[in-house]
Amino acid sequence: MTLEKKENSYSICVGPVHPALKEPVKLNMEIDGEKVIGVDFELSQVHRGIEWAATRRNPLQVLFLAERICGICNMCHMLSFSRAIETIGDIHAPPRAEYIRVIGAELERIHSHILWAGVAAHELGFDSLMHYTWKLRENVLDTIEYITGNRITKGLITIGGVRHDIPEKKIPRILESVNFYYSHFDKMAKVFLNDPVIKSRTRDVGILSRRDALTTCAVGPTARASGVKKDVRKDEAYAAYQDFDVEPILPDAYTGEIHGDVYDRVLVRLLEVKQSAEIIEKAVKSMPKGPIAWEEKPAVILAKLKPLVGEGIGRHEAPRGEVIHYVKLVGEESPYSWKVRAPTYNNMMPWVPMLMGEQIADIPIIAASIDPCMSCTNRAVSADKTTTMYTMDQLRRLSFLKTRELKRGLGK
Amino acid sequence: MFTMQKELFRQLFKRAFTNQFPVKHAPKSVAKLLEDVGKGKKKINPPVPVPDDFRGKLAYDKDKCIGCQMCTRVCPSKALVFDTKTRKVKYYLSRCTFCGECVSICPVKCLSFTKEFLLADYRKD
Repeated sequence: MTLEKKENSYSICVGPVHPALKEPVKLNMEIDGEKVIGVDFELSQVHRGIEWAATRRNPLQVLFLAERICGICNMCHMLSFSRAIETIGDIHAPPRAEYIRVIGAELERIHSHILWAGVAAHELGFDSLMHYTWKLRENVLDTIEYITGNRITKGLITIGGVRHDIPEKKIPRILESVNFYYSHFDKMAKVFLNDPVIKSRTRDVGILSRRDALTTCAVGPTARASGVKKDVRKDEAYAAYQDFDVEPILPDAYTGEIHGDVYDRVLVRLLEVKQSAEIIEKAVKSMPKGPIAWEEKPAVILAKLKPLVGEGIGRHEAPRGEVIHYVKLVGEESPYSWKVRAPTYNNMMPWVPMLMGEQIADIPIIAASIDPCMSCTNRAVSADKTTTMYTMDQLRRLSFLKTRELKRGLGK
Repeated sequence: MFTMQKELFRQLFKRAFTNQFPVKHAPKSVAKLLEDVGKGKKKINPPVPVPDDFRGKLAYDKDKCIGCQMCTRVCPSKALVFDTKTRKVKYYLSRCTFCGECVSICPVKCLSFTKEFLLADYRKD
């Protein structure tokens, strides 16, 4: 795409390797004076061919491959993949396993949101705050290591259950961690939400209106900060989330108004840390007894999964937004196809309305405000730049044609 | 105003959180440091203890292994390779992702986790 040029305007390019960006993405911008008047971005600098590798491995191996998609929110990919396989095989994880999954997923959310808060502070040039928030993050990492045996890659989930139980003796440590975040939440909120420097850098910067959030299909905290009530934990209520009454957090819960700016995105994420802590506390206290997996022996799981045929979709509300995994099994050992849609894929289009009309100095914090994760997003790479680009209408027409073709195949 | 400054001043007078492992300052020569430690001249700060279920380097009991190849089937990174001559498994530490699937699938429990985590090296062999 070429950007529209104006008289006296010039173009600058941020990335793929740039000190302001933590991961490679190329932002092309048309600048008039200090103002951004055109935005475009290029992806696929970190394509790793994970989906290709999955078609040469069995589902239990793909589970750990899925975990390596993202370094921060790795459990969400494992959970989505196993949920996709579970829908194909009509497998139901036992209730205790569902509770442990919720505890794991919420610990991950606390870790991811606090990490992001540190990165946001760093992008604002407030490095002492970054080190302070990352110090707070250590507590949840230690708890994760205590439960699962590793700080980041938890390896908690298997198809139809979980791999590690949370015995009675580990529960006090989890509650201790939850209380730690309760007691530090106020201080963190005070610094992030009342500090005049942060407020002036983030208030009314990078505004994404509710309408833009809907048309660009934003997900997760980015959409919620713009006033879109969207949360898979509430909408689909999978795992054990129906027991906890998760309400999507909108910024008007705290300030009484929705701006859809960077400040609101900070606010939503901070409030979600508290919400996650509440969910963990409830889950730990009301955990049912029973088995932790549909089938405990990995060899039996493999044998039972091999004859499965069909397509399945697994959804999960990752810290960054909704993640979708599509899996097709054809009765062979390895999946026939696997498609991952990471939340950043949806949250990138909102960059265009967010960055329009903003100052050059605000580009890093606006780009970081959606919590981008490029390596999760990169699912395809185009080797020749001559490939056709489809518009929204063309894609919709293609999907109509495909549906008609499928219906004809069904004899309707 | 000054919400963060208060916290920062408080941090100034607190003990450092970092565990200075293995020694406080980088030594000029690692070999000499190890020699001194061996002689008892210098002391090494112990690392932060790892939890009980820590997933560290794999321990492989070769005599117990029956060569069923189950671990090679579930290893996601192909770190365990079956040797047809000896009917045993070869373990490539550099490929291992410490997922623990081999430990849970092994029928005779010849694979287990140790608490060893200092595995970085310049050489791959």
